[in-house]
Amino acid sequence: MGKLGDQVQFKIKRQAGPETAPYWEEFSVRWEPMMNVIAALMEIQRHPVNAAGQKTTPVVYSSNCLEEVCGACTMVVNGRVRQSCSALVDQLAQPITVEPMSKFPVVRDLYVERQRIFEDFKKVNAWIDTDGSHNLGPGPRYSAEVADMRYALSRCMACGCCLEACPNYGPGIPFIGAATVSQARLFNLHPSGSMKASVRLDALQAEDGIGGCGNAQNCVQVCPKEIPLTTSIGDMMRATTKQAFQSLFRR
Amino acid sequence: MADRPRFIVVGGGLAGLATVIKIAEAGHDVDVFSFVPCRRSHSVCAQGGINGAVNTKGEGDSPAIHFDDTVYGGDFLADQPPVKAMCEAAPGVIYLLDRMGVPFSRTPEGLIDFRRFGGTLHHRTAFAGATTGQQLLYALDEQVRRWEVAGRVRRFEHWEFVHAILDDNGNCRGIVAMDLHAMKLEVFPAAAVALATGGPGIVYGKSTNSVVNTGTAAALVYQQGASYANGEFIQVHPTAIPGADKLRLMSESLRGEGGRLWVPKKKGDARRAKDIPENERYYFLEEKYPKYKNLVPRDIATREIFELCRRQGMGVGGKDSVYLDLTHLGEEYIKRKVGGVVEIYEKFIGGKAWEEPLQVFPAVHYSMGGLWVDYDHMTNIPGLWAVGEVDFAYHGANRLGANSLVSCIYSGLVGGPAMVRYATGKVGQELGEPSSVLLDGARTKMEETYGALGKMEGPHNPYQLWWQLGDEMTGKATVVRYSNELQELDGKIQGWMEDWKKCSVLDTGKSANQAIMFTRQLWNMLVLARVIVQGALLRDESRGSHFKPDFPERNDEKFLKTTLASYDPATHGPKITYKEVDTSLIKPRKRVYTGEAKA
Ligand SMILES: Cc1cc2nc3c(=O)[nH]c(=O)nc-3n(C[C@H](O)[C@H](O)[C@H](O)COP(=O)(O)OP(=O)(O)OC[C@H]3O[C@@H](n4cnc5c(N)ncnc54)[C@H](O)[C@@H]3O)c2cc1C
Ligand code: SF4
Repeated sequence: MGKLGDQVQFKIKRQAGPETAPYWEEFSVRWEPMMNVIAALMEIQRHPVNAAGQKTTPVVYSSNCLEEVCGACTMVVNGRVRQSCSALVDQLAQPITVEPMSKFPVVRDLYVERQRIFEDFKKVNAWIDTDGSHNLGPGPRYSAEVADMRYALSRCMACGCCLEACPNYGPGIPFIGAATVSQARLFNLHPSGSMKASVRLDALQAEDGIGGCGNAQNCVQVCPKEIPLTTSIGDMMRATTKQAFQSLFRR
Repeated sequence: MADRPRFIVVGGGLAGLATVIKIAEAGHDVDVFSFVPCRRSHSVCAQGGINGAVNTKGEGDSPAIHFDDTVYGGDFLADQPPVKAMCEAAPGVIYLLDRMGVPFSRTPEGLIDFRRFGGTLHHRTAFAGATTGQQLLYALDEQVRRWEVAGRVRRFEHWEFVHAILDDNGNCRGIVAMDLHAMKLEVFPAAAVALATGGPGIVYGKSTNSVVNTGTAAALVYQQGASYANGEFIQVHPTAIPGADKLRLMSESLRGEGGRLWVPKKKGDARRAKDIPENERYYFLEEKYPKYKNLVPRDIATREIFELCRRQGMGVGGKDSVYLDLTHLGEEYIKRKVGGVVEIYEKFIGGKAWEEPLQVFPAVHYSMGGLWVDYDHMTNIPGLWAVGEVDFAYHGANRLGANSLVSCIYSGLVGGPAMVRYATGKVGQELGEPSSVLLDGARTKMEETYGALGKMEGPHNPYQLWWQLGDEMTGKATVVRYSNELQELDGKIQGWMEDWKKCSVLDTGKSANQAIMFTRQLWNMLVLARVIVQGALLRDESRGSHFKPDFPERNDEKFLKTTLASYDPATHGPKITYKEVDTSLIKPRKRVYTGEAKA
C-alpha cells in the first residue's frame, strides 16, 4: 500500500496517430489514496511531464463511467486486459505498464476504435424485432430463472476483453468472438426474440463466425462481468449444428 | 424543408435514443451524435431502477399517487401537467422496455418485479438486477441499431456538437459538429435538432457522474440564447463512496431493499461496526422519520448526514462517513438483488456488504435544472429541442429516485414526435432548406474558434483550473448554501474565466486532441457554474435540494417560481428572471416527511 509522498512508476505505450509507430514513455506520478490507473492519467493531464522531467502531452485515452459498466476505458495493464478504472494502483506491481488493446486499430495512445464489435452485433441481429414503440401492453411473461440467465448475459458491456484475450480473434479473421456469440444467445433466450432464433444461428454459421472458436477458454477468464462465455459458445454451437442438420433433412 | 426532412439528435443516452426511435418510426431520417458510442453513455450508470405505478404488489398504487409523490417530492417547483402525463405514461414505458427485451427481475409468476425507492411508500420501481440503466440503454441502443441497418439512422459516434446553427430569425437550422478522431469540423443542416446531452455533474469536479457529463452542449446553446431553468437545483445523493477520480454511487436501492443508515451513538467510537451493539447505534433516519425511515427523499437524507458529520461531529471515526448497513440481509439476498452495486464497493473500496456495513457520504449526483422547454420539449429557440437530464421539466426542486430514467425516456417519446410535427407542419414547410451562406458562415466561424483554441498560450493548465472549480463548487454550492460564500464563489469563477483565456494549449496533435476538446468544454463549465451560483445566490429561501440556513423556510409567495437564466455576453453571467409555476392540479402544501403529515 502506498502512502502520501510516494511516487508511482508508469510505463505507457503511446502512439501519435493511427499510422505512426508506437513508443514507450515513463511517468512518475504522485500516489494518492484509492488511486486507480485513471486517476494517474488524470494527474498526468494536470502535470504533463514525464519521468525524465520533460514536458510532454497528456496521454489520450477513452473513459466514461469509471465504475466498470460502460467498457470505455479498457486497456492492457501489466499485461492483462481490463478496465483501467477498476485497476487500483496499490494492487499492481510497478512499474505499471499500460498499453492499448492490440486487436483493434489505435486512434491515439491508449485510445482504440472498437467499432467492429458493434458491426458484429448487427450481423447476429442482436435486438428484439418489436412491432413498434407505441403502447402494446405488457411484454411476454417469462420465468425468473430465464430472466436471471438473460441478465447475466446482458451485462456484457462490449468492452472487448474477451476478444483481446482470444488467440482466434483479430483483424482479418472471420471468428466473430465470444461477446457476439453470447449476444445471439441472449436474444434467442427471450420469448419474442426466439422467433428469430434461426436468423441469428445462420449468421453465426456464416463465414466461420462461430466455427473459428478454438476452445482456448481465455475469454471466460478475462471477462470482467463473469459472463458464462464458454457455455454460450457451447450452447450456440449445438444450436447451429442442430439447425444445420434439420435444414439438411428439409432439402 | 424539402419532402425528406433530416433530423438531428445530439446525445445517445436514454433520452436521445428514445427520440431517435420515435423519429425513425415516423418514417424519417435521423442522425445521432455522441462523444462516446451511445452504448457507453452515462445512462449505463443508473443502478436502482425505473418508476411506474404498475401496482404489481396490490398496494393500491396508481399514476395519480406517483404524480403526487413526484410533485410533493420536488417541493412543488415543477409545472404539473407534464408531470401528470409522465406518471400516466410510466407503466407503458416499462412495458415497452420489457417488450424490447430488458431482463427485468421477475416475480414467481413471471411478472415484472418492483422494489421500493425513496419518497414513496409503494413498490414502484422496476429493476434489472442492479444495473438497470445499463440494461435499458442497451435495449434502446439495439432498437436504434436495427434502424441503422434499415438505413434510417446514421450514427456519428466520437463526434462533438459544438454549435447550433441559427438563422437570422433565430430558428435552429442544423449543427456544427467535430469528428473527434480527425478533429475535423462539419456542418449538418436539419429540420429540427434535439439535445439529449445529459447533466453537468462534472462542473463539480468529482461527482457520481460520468466523465463526459460536462454540460458543455447545454452551455453552448445557452450562450446562443437558450434559457436555462432552475440551474441552482443540484441533487446531492446521500450515499456514495470516495475515490481519487470520481465519487461512486451506492444506489438508493440498497435502502429500498432494506439497508439501514446509522452512526455510533458515542462520538468517535473506535470499535468496529459489528462490535457495536444495537442499542449503541443511532439509526438517525428511522428515529426522525418513522414512516419513511431510510427512504426519505434524497435532499432530506443528505442534509441529515451533513448535519451529523459536519456540525455534530458524529461521523464514523469523526470523519465524513456514515454506515450503510446491509449485513442483516444475508449474502444470497444481497447478491441477487443488488449484486451490481455492492460489487462496485468491493472492487473500489474492498470489503463485503454482507460482512460489514459500507461507509458512505453524499456526492453531487443530478441536475433538476436544465434547458427550459415547453410541454413539447422545445426550447425557446424554435427548432431546438431538449430531452432528458439536460431539460428542467419534471423534478422541480428535488428528484425522486428512479424517476429520472422514466423522465428521460418519456421526454424522448414526447420530443421525437413533436419534432416531426414541427418539421412536417406549416413552420417547417415554410422554412425550406437553410441557405448555403448560413451553413458556410457557421463553419467558418467555428473553424476560427477552433483555430484560436489551438493557439492559446499562457501559464494555466485547463485540467488544474477544472479541479479548482470542482473543489470550490462542491464546497460552496451544494448542500448548505450561504449568500456571502456564493457571492465570493461567483467572483472566483469570473477570475477563472480570465485565467482560462491564459490557458496553454497542452497538445498540438492532429488526431484525437482531447486537451483542446477539454479546454473548450472548460469554458462552458465556467459559464454554467455561474448560472448555478447566481441562481442559488438570488433564491433566498429553502426548497428541495436548495438549502440556505439564513432562509430556512420555503417561501411560496416570492419563490414558487421557475428561475430562468439568459446569457449576457457582456459579463458572461446570467440575467435572471422568474416565471410562474403551473400548480393547477395539486395545490402546494407544506412538505413534511416526519410523522403522518402527508395527505
Ligand atoms: C451513478 C448514477 C446512478 C443513477 N441511477 C438512477 C436510477 O437508478 N434511476 C433513475 O431514474 N436515475 C438514475 N440516475 C440518473 C440517470 O441515470 C440520468 O439522469 C440519465 O441516465 C440521463 O440520461 P440522458 O439520456 O439524459 O443523458 P446521458 O445518458 O448522460 O447521455 C448524454 C449523451 O449525450 C452525449 N453528449 C453530451 N454532450 C455532447 C456533445 N457536446 N456532443 C456530442 N455528444 C454529447 C453523450 O455522449 C451521451 O451520449 C443515476 C445517475 C447516476 C450518476
Ligand atoms: S463478454 Fe465480457 S469480456 Fe467480452 S465484451 Fe462482454 S463484458 Fe467484455
